[in-house]
Amino acid sequence: MAQSTDKASEKSGDATKWYELFSRGARDWLRHDEKVRESVRKHLPQIVSGGDVINDTARTVRVPVRMLEHYHFRLRRPEEQQGAGQGKAKPGDVFSDPSKQRGPGEKGPGGQDEGEVQLLLEFKIDDIVDWLWEEMQLPNLKPRVGPSEDSEWIREGYDRRGARSRLDRRRSFKEMVKRRGNPGATPTFIDEDLRFRQLARRRQPAVHAVVFFMLDVSGSMSDRDRKLAKTFFFWVVQGLRREYRSLETVFVGHTTEAWEFTENEFFQVSGTGGTVASTGFGKVREIIDERYNPGRCNIYLFYASDGDNSVSDAADARESLSSIAGDACFTGYVEVSSGLSRQLSTETGRLYAELATAGCAAGSYALNDFDDVWGAVRHFFTAESRALDGPA
Amino acid sequence: MGEDWQSYIQRIEDLAGRSGLKFHPVDFEAVPDTFMMEIAVYGLPVRMPHWSFGVRYIYQLIQRHMGNSRLFEVVFPGNPGHAYLAASNGLAENILVTAHVLGHADFSKNNLLFRRCQEQVSERIVEHAANHARQIQQAIETYGMQRVEVVLDAALALEQHIDVDQSLRRERYPEYAADAKPLVDDAFRKRFASLDPAAASRGMEMKKRAPVPPHSERDLLWFIANYAPEMESWERDIFLAVREESFYFYPVFATQIMNEGWASYWHARLLREANFIPQQAYVDAIKCHSDVVRPVAADQQVALSINPYHLGFAMWEKIVEKEGMDVAREIMQQDDDFGFIRNHLTRELADELGLFRFSARSDGQVKVLETDLTALHEAVLSPKYNFGAPMVSATHIRNDGTLELTHDNSVDGRGLDLERSRKVLDYVQRVWRRPIVLTTVNQAGSTLELTAP
Repeated sequence: MAQSTDKASEKSGDATKWYELFSRGARDWLRHDEKVRESVRKHLPQIVSGGDVINDTARTVRVPVRMLEHYHFRLRRPEEQQGAGQGKAKPGDVFSDPSKQRGPGEKGPGGQDEGEVQLLLEFKIDDIVDWLWEEMQLPNLKPRVGPSEDSEWIREGYDRRGARSRLDRRRSFKEMVKRRGNPGATPTFIDEDLRFRQLARRRQPAVHAVVFFMLDVSGSMSDRDRKLAKTFFFWVVQGLRREYRSLETVFVGHTTEAWEFTENEFFQVSGTGGTVASTGFGKVREIIDERYNPGRCNIYLFYASDGDNSVSDAADARESLSSIAGDACFTGYVEVSSGLSRQLSTETGRLYAELATAGCAAGSYALNDFDDVWGAVRHFFTAESRALDGPA
Repeated sequence: MGEDWQSYIQRIEDLAGRSGLKFHPVDFEAVPDTFMMEIAVYGLPVRMPHWSFGVRYIYQLIQRHMGNSRLFEVVFPGNPGHAYLAASNGLAENILVTAHVLGHADFSKNNLLFRRCQEQVSERIVEHAANHARQIQQAIETYGMQRVEVVLDAALALEQHIDVDQSLRRERYPEYAADAKPLVDDAFRKRFASLDPAAASRGMEMKKRAPVPPHSERDLLWFIANYAPEMESWERDIFLAVREESFYFYPVFATQIMNEGWASYWHARLLREANFIPQQAYVDAIKCHSDVVRPVAADQQVALSINPYHLGFAMWEKIVEKEGMDVAREIMQQDDDFGFIRNHLTRELADELGLFRFSARSDGQVKVLETDLTALHEAVLSPKYNFGAPMVSATHIRNDGTLELTHDNSVDGRGLDLERSRKVLDYVQRVWRRPIVLTTVNQAGSTLELTAP
């Protein structure tokens, strides 16, 4: 450690006021920030699956975090802390702690006792989705229809050779000026000056997809069930957005009847009465036939329900669901069962199980808690990519 | 404004010299407030990077925005000394601060603890710290941020665990135990030797390997840097760099009350005696002085902490008044805060200043305790014991390389904060690279072992 110190003193004696250009405090603060983000990232699935972070319109998620503490050996906090003070006080006086103040110009090592300060970190949803996909090793989906390796020529860079139609006059002129250094003189170009725009192939996300979210809004679905479904749907949309340039969403709710809703209404609606899933599937079928051509458009259907479909509906439901499954990239079912143990052995659960056995791209999952949301998202995306890798 | 103040420096220095202050020359530099704040956070103008400084930096920023703290100066001892003054200081403040800085310069040149530590660290701590910073920057470039941070997390967590009674450049323990003292040559030994001279001398020559550590070792930074089974040399260097800076910080920490008091005493006195200061500046400076040495915040009746500026200032005034400057200078040279408070904070002065002991419950209720001078001394000093850290020392290395640390709760009066201690063990374990066991006591007072991993 005994290095020559001469160089250092020369440096510090330098007239350049480096500290006006550079803040070490800010640098170390940024490093702290980075560490917090790293650790938030590690716990991201837990954090984002909490229903509250999802805001319909915001593109960011706010996560409250505490500042990191650099730990030192400390004595245990005693129940009664003794100390020395100053002021107008007599032995035996009792009062409550006035806010503590620190003396000016304190220095020296060791942590000061820092009060609680909370940070509110803001994360871009796109970043979160990227991290999660990386973290959970979720596959990128391959669309079933549309040019899957859809690509497009875009302008990128310049070259000295190229078709005359792509000559960039402004650039070429600049090159000429650079070469000759006299912009006033009559322009004389040589081949070296000419610049041509280049084109590059860029892969584009597949063109078009539509996701149907179908929710059982019958009396047996509680607020919590709907919220679980919403959280799940939210992340599914985020995942699909990675793949499709334009992604449309259609919201369908059903009891014994079915309606199409806007997104806002969708999660507010609660109906009464029984559950007849076939009405919902019928509605979806209707909308597909009306607006979307399965030959041009990738169709996804996600259905959330407590699974209590009326028994008499089984045949109808099976029929309408299979007809959709024939056209869709994937159909998924989440059962929000609020802690009941009969997971996926419900009417609707069996329906989807049959579908999967029949070789259709279908999957189902039970959601009991917000902690399950990530498991479900992962399950669906891996199941789907497998389905697509297969016969399809 | 800057020019105005510069022209006073020489005259204040002359006055200080005539008043008996003996100091190395000081370089004064006015710097932006933001940089002042960083100096306060890092403790040194240029220091190694670590995220924990970033946390302190933000707390400082918050403090400043709430208007709670304002820094006028930071001074670094040495030959020459460096004093950084906030560029936002007014003329009056700068005059006051210049006098204050000379008080510090006198103190750091003459106080024995300062002198001893400066002999160890050299009088160029500012440059050394800048070198450390550069060396660590290089390590980051070579080994990556992650690895360097692991080492710094551990080293800075142990920064208070040094032993200033030993040399900064101390040797490793002797490898062999010292020879047992020669036995008295009695009749038995003579007879025994005569029977088989070879056997007798063979027994004598057997050298015994000394245990490591031979005694409990409280300089954890040194111990780990020297005896960690698998540390790389650049990692050891970082430990030793942190240790060197701690050697510099120790006297600043252990004489804070004396040192700030001494500087405050002298700025007040030099100001009184300086007849060359314009009237208005004098009044402003005196007002600034009374803000600095104010014991209790303006809007409060009592403070649950002691302002070292005020306490030290009041004590020095009393000492000079009662015993004269020569005695005061002698005390300044020989004591640290422990001796200073225990020997010179008298009953009368404590009453005059309204010092009291209190006991605070966790629900915020505070009770003022009965007066007891010795207990009051210890209440003032208790945050300063052992560099402000619990008494943790290295006591043994097991055959498998496990490090045994022991917390001496009989000195500290209670056990460690277990949650934090575990985290520290995690830090240290990553450089020691073998298990670590820490012995302390739990709430009930029975022995407890923490282990990592």
